[in-house]
Amino acid sequence: MSDQIKQATQEYATRLGDDSVVLGHRISEWVSYGPFLEEDIAYGNVALDYIGRARMFYTYAAELADDGRDEDDFAYMRNDREYRNLLLMELPKGDFAYSQVRQLFADVYYTLMLPELLQSKDETLSAIAAKAIKETKYHLRRSRDWVLRLGDGTDESHQRAQKAVDQLWGYTHELFDMDETEQLLADAGIGVDVAGLRDRWLEMISAILTEATLTVPEDSWAVRGGRIGYHTENLGHMLTEMQIVHRSHPGCKW
Amino acid sequence: MPEEQYQRLQQRNADDVKMLWDLLDAIKDPEIPALSIWDLGILRDVQRNGEQVIVTITPTYSGCPAMDNITTDVIQLLNDNGYRDATVKLSLSPAWSSEWMSPEGRKKLREYGIAPPEDAGLDDDGLTPDAHAACPHCASRNTRRISEFGSTACKALFQCDDCGEPFDYFKKI
Repeated sequence: MSDQIKQATQEYATRLGDDSVVLGHRISEWVSYGPFLEEDIAYGNVALDYIGRARMFYTYAAELADDGRDEDDFAYMRNDREYRNLLLMELPKGDFAYSQVRQLFADVYYTLMLPELLQSKDETLSAIAAKAIKETKYHLRRSRDWVLRLGDGTDESHQRAQKAVDQLWGYTHELFDMDETEQLLADAGIGVDVAGLRDRWLEMISAILTEATLTVPEDSWAVRGGRIGYHTENLGHMLTEMQIVHRSHPGCKW
Repeated sequence: MPEEQYQRLQQRNADDVKMLWDLLDAIKDPEIPALSIWDLGILRDVQRNGEQVIVTITPTYSGCPAMDNITTDVIQLLNDNGYRDATVKLSLSPAWSSEWMSPEGRKKLREYGIAPPEDAGLDDDGLTPDAHAACPHCASRNTRRISEFGSTACKALFQCDDCGEPFDYFKKI
């Protein structure tokens, strides 16, 4: 592995780890607030899948960085400006419809992205994708069911689901952005060319939203910046809560 | 016996460190103490180079929190048996499959009150079906899925409409 590729792969694994840990944490915020017990447990399960994924990506990033840091340092010892997650993942959990619509957007994205990552020439990234694909199938079935149920439900649930779709739409464009690092890796057969996934994503999302009697928004605005460390103010607050125990008790073991 | 299970058994029986495989078969999954790490298919490989023992395990699901406990248990057990230089490697590839679960493991799981993977199979989408997993208590197929996500990542929750008992089903993946 050349130094340039190695460095880019480390950055890439960190980005994917950041996406997973931030979304995983947001989902975990529902635990004990779920509308009923089984749904509460489902949230816990999905959060755990994402946090586990983050751990695998970070472990790999730490191995490539080879500077004495471990996966916990990646998760707990970096500030918001050092995080490289997509903005969609960091938005506060909102109401139940908002979280399920965000989840649907993410689940369809991973449904398309992970099979490509599975083809990666990088064995570790491919192995992580192989595990995650199986889990994402279950995630998508759940978020799809909920969006159908909420969209095609009562006036109240429909209105809330539509509002969530409209509010989140502008954050979905960033999912398909490529920069130099990701282009380098895509060309090398290591990373995924996410720009090529948007048409299929749009097709799948449109079909589900339409079935749910929801309107697919026009593309009118877009927010970007997560991949260069420009975040919404929400991430800082989230990390404060997520990192405080680790930072208050450095090196603590039990 | 399916191919994967046969291969695992061959690997264990033919290995010149078979005694280490047998020793490690005593380590239980902390979340399903009826099953050993061998039964679950988590135990992937055992290597011995002189005094050094390297054990390879693989997680069932990405976020499986049992991995840290299992690692500690493996090292402790090996140390207690005189293997001072023991390490545990975590392997991600190939991804764990419920096909790797041993025949004894499936039986023990059912006796423990959890329906093993083959007691429900898969639906058209390749996921857990919404009904008809065999009840581990009364063997009825008159059951329905209550939740896709159970008490741990590897399980779904069902209820039997004949004996009325809810039960965990170990997902087929």
